[in-house]
Amino acid sequence: MRAPDASTVAVGDVLLSVEDVSLSFGGVKAITGVSFDIRKGEIRAIIGPNGAGKTSMLNVINGFYHPQKGRITFRGKTRSKMRPFEAAYGGIARTFQNVALFRGMSALDNIMAGRTLKMKQGFFWQLLRFGPALREEVEHRRHVEEIIDFLKIQDIRRVHVGRLPYGLQKRVELGRALAMEPDLLLLDEPMAGMNVEEKEDMSRFILDVNEHFGTTIALIEHDMGVVMDLSDRVVVLDHGIKIADGTPDEVKASQAVIDAYLGVAH
Amino acid sequence: METDAALQDAALQADTFPRLLIRNARLFGDRPAMRHKDLGIWQSWTWSEALAEVRAYALGLYRMGVRRGDTFAIVGGNRPRLYWSVLAAQMLGAIPVPVYADAVAEELAFVLAHADVRFAAVEDQEQVDKIISIKDRLPKLEHMVYDEPRGLRDYDHSRLTAIADVVKDGNLALADPAMAALIDGEIAAGKGSEPSIILYTSGTTGASKGVMLTNERSIRATRDTVAFDKLTEKDVALAYLPLAWVGDHYLNYAQSLVAGFCMACPESPETVAQDLREIGPTFYFAPPRTLEQLLTRVTIRMEDANRLNKWLYRTFIGVARRYGEKILNGEPVPLAGRLLYGLGRFVLYEPLKNVLGLSRVRVAYTAGEAIGPELFTFYRSLGLNLKQLYGQTEAFLYVTAQPDGQIYPDTVGPAMTNVDIRIADDGEVQFKSPGMFIEYFKDEVKTAEVLTPDGFVKTGDAGFFDEKTGHLKIIDRSKDVGKLNNGMLFPPKYVENKLKFYPNIREAVAYGDKHDYVAVMINIDLTAVGNWAERNNVVYASYQELAGHPLVYAMIAEHVAEVNRSLAAESIMAGAQIKRFLILHKELDPDDGELTRTQKVRRGFIAERYEPLIRALYDGSTEADISTQVTFEDGRKGVISARVKIRDMVLEPVQTALGKAA
Repeated sequence: MRAPDASTVAVGDVLLSVEDVSLSFGGVKAITGVSFDIRKGEIRAIIGPNGAGKTSMLNVINGFYHPQKGRITFRGKTRSKMRPFEAAYGGIARTFQNVALFRGMSALDNIMAGRTLKMKQGFFWQLLRFGPALREEVEHRRHVEEIIDFLKIQDIRRVHVGRLPYGLQKRVELGRALAMEPDLLLLDEPMAGMNVEEKEDMSRFILDVNEHFGTTIALIEHDMGVVMDLSDRVVVLDHGIKIADGTPDEVKASQAVIDAYLGVAH
Repeated sequence: METDAALQDAALQADTFPRLLIRNARLFGDRPAMRHKDLGIWQSWTWSEALAEVRAYALGLYRMGVRRGDTFAIVGGNRPRLYWSVLAAQMLGAIPVPVYADAVAEELAFVLAHADVRFAAVEDQEQVDKIISIKDRLPKLEHMVYDEPRGLRDYDHSRLTAIADVVKDGNLALADPAMAALIDGEIAAGKGSEPSIILYTSGTTGASKGVMLTNERSIRATRDTVAFDKLTEKDVALAYLPLAWVGDHYLNYAQSLVAGFCMACPESPETVAQDLREIGPTFYFAPPRTLEQLLTRVTIRMEDANRLNKWLYRTFIGVARRYGEKILNGEPVPLAGRLLYGLGRFVLYEPLKNVLGLSRVRVAYTAGEAIGPELFTFYRSLGLNLKQLYGQTEAFLYVTAQPDGQIYPDTVGPAMTNVDIRIADDGEVQFKSPGMFIEYFKDEVKTAEVLTPDGFVKTGDAGFFDEKTGHLKIIDRSKDVGKLNNGMLFPPKYVENKLKFYPNIREAVAYGDKHDYVAVMINIDLTAVGNWAERNNVVYASYQELAGHPLVYAMIAEHVAEVNRSLAAESIMAGAQIKRFLILHKELDPDDGELTRTQKVRRGFIAERYEPLIRALYDGSTEADISTQVTFEDGRKGVISARVKIRDMVLEPVQTALGKAA
């Protein structure tokens, strides 16, 4: 399988950095002065108790929310405002906490939809499905078939995703994100609502994606066991403030983290 | 023409599988030998391409150190490169030892250690991990090759190589004429009398045994059946059953090499149904269980269909039941029947077969365990030429098979060409066949137990020749056929099969030997009963809850009552009516050792494991507590506890000849 186009950033260097970002909705402060970075090729986890600002953080990274303060640098380019489609063009793909697929379309078509940004032929040619547009579609289809093979979902290729069990829908969603050949993949609770077996499968796939495509992954997850096994580095948020940042072992040992999760006597 | 004749002549001389491959490349060079669906597209290899690939692969293996007489494990699903691993090993005179892909580490360790394997060809990371986890018990294992590289990039490759790289290495080396001569010399040095494969039996009773077969015997047996079913290079088969099972090795591997037909490998185990439709095989094998599941699926779909379709289905299945089988057997049928059946073909039978992927099937077999007569006739009445065969790993499959036009659902047919069968005094079936094994690998004691002094193999099955037809009838494993305390005959499998014909019942285990009456443990079929529950507004959260639901019990009780009625109608079997039954709280599973890898019930083991339930079945209690250990797919263990209810049945009055039957 072909690896995505190597971006200008070398493995191990900072791919994305978040500096002093603050976000509030009216009077509610979702994120306050958070800074951290994501290095190319790593699996980075963002964890924290409910309402800690994890999903807000992801939404800031992919341009869905615009922080009132702070800077985000992605592949060396600094910005304070970006729209989601710019993020997508820039090589950031994501999956959602609640599955957001086209339910009436087959798994194959859903993943093909992830290739939309890569299509070069105009609407007219695509409508005709002839000449260059056909050649292009064949090429995209080949890539999508590789993803289908990779995620082992050959048997549901033609099944409408609305009929699939939740665990498989999550896998199709991951497939659609992968179809974009992203430099940075954001996964919002990829394992929420899954049983143990589905979680194990999903963990395997996340590790494989990281290894095989070299995709940098940032994920939010509640299951501590999963996070500690998967991630290279973990950043911990609580009430919108960063309370720890480091390897899983360092984070586990941090008193602030223990207090945040178990509560502390005042 | 002369060269053709010479080739045909050479063909008959081919007494090893690699030489058959060379013959096929000459005779059918441009015809497809192998297909595999990859990335959604069917890839094909002709016989010439297959030969080139296998020759390079074998040379690569030689350079890796594989030598004549080595054992070579093959672990994985139906993939071209794993079948070619079998051929490549045979080219070098090494002995392939295929192992079930879903074997847990423990089983794998036993077989690989017992077979002294030095090399292994495996499918993917899962199998590599499994073997690495048991490597301490495999001191002789030197090197592994794998088909699917995903996830293996960062593994230590000092003792691990991709098959693609082995083939590449072989291809590069073939540029050197000395190397080409070396591999051709190895092929020429192969002897028909040398072992061609060791197949480990699934082991209904105790540890599995390594059945050793030779090239020439295997090929001789295969020639007989290829002629029997008139298979040619134009046939197609889909290889979807475990490649470590004798059935797959015989029906697909050996027959495809002998007849020169194309073997297709499915895209993945989950896509078999779709792949079957796309390939449209002409030769098809399915164990009774698969046929049952297919029928269950059709039945469920029909229950959800609209009224018109339901009516059409019922009407024309009725027509098929009345005339279909007779038409297939060439018996006289009234003209009106023929016309109705012809209409049925148009509106139902052909479309249905098309959906199932069976439109082009010319010969279909079922075997592995007894098939319910109702199930068997159902498929035949649709016009599918489904036949039964009776065989064993020790025979290299065929002992008997039903010839076209002489099909009786309750027999397994007469002896296959060149096979001798006799019934021993205790009723055991014994045979001598062209393909029979030479010995159990490293197990002289067991070999001696199974062979009679005059060279017959004891099958361990009880049977007799039907007086009317002269065909063999198998009753049961001879040690399983028991007697109730009142002296009446109790053949457990016979009872179980009657129950299993109901789509709602997935598995049944009957007890009765040395007891006062017959009692049964039943496994519901989650798909069928789940669908039934949905339609009847039965709410459940788990398999366990569904299995224990009073309405489910009531439904199963109806099935049991029907079985009792049908048993009461046969005087010999009347005593075997079911007096009490229970529905198990968990599915019987090979991972827990309750079924064999070929999905046969291990009755003795289940009796030990569910001892409290058996006791309750016979001491009159109405419920019993049970907790059992279960093994998850990753090998971890857990415990399931449940309280299982027991239901009493009213027995049918036994008709007339009670005294005679006893």
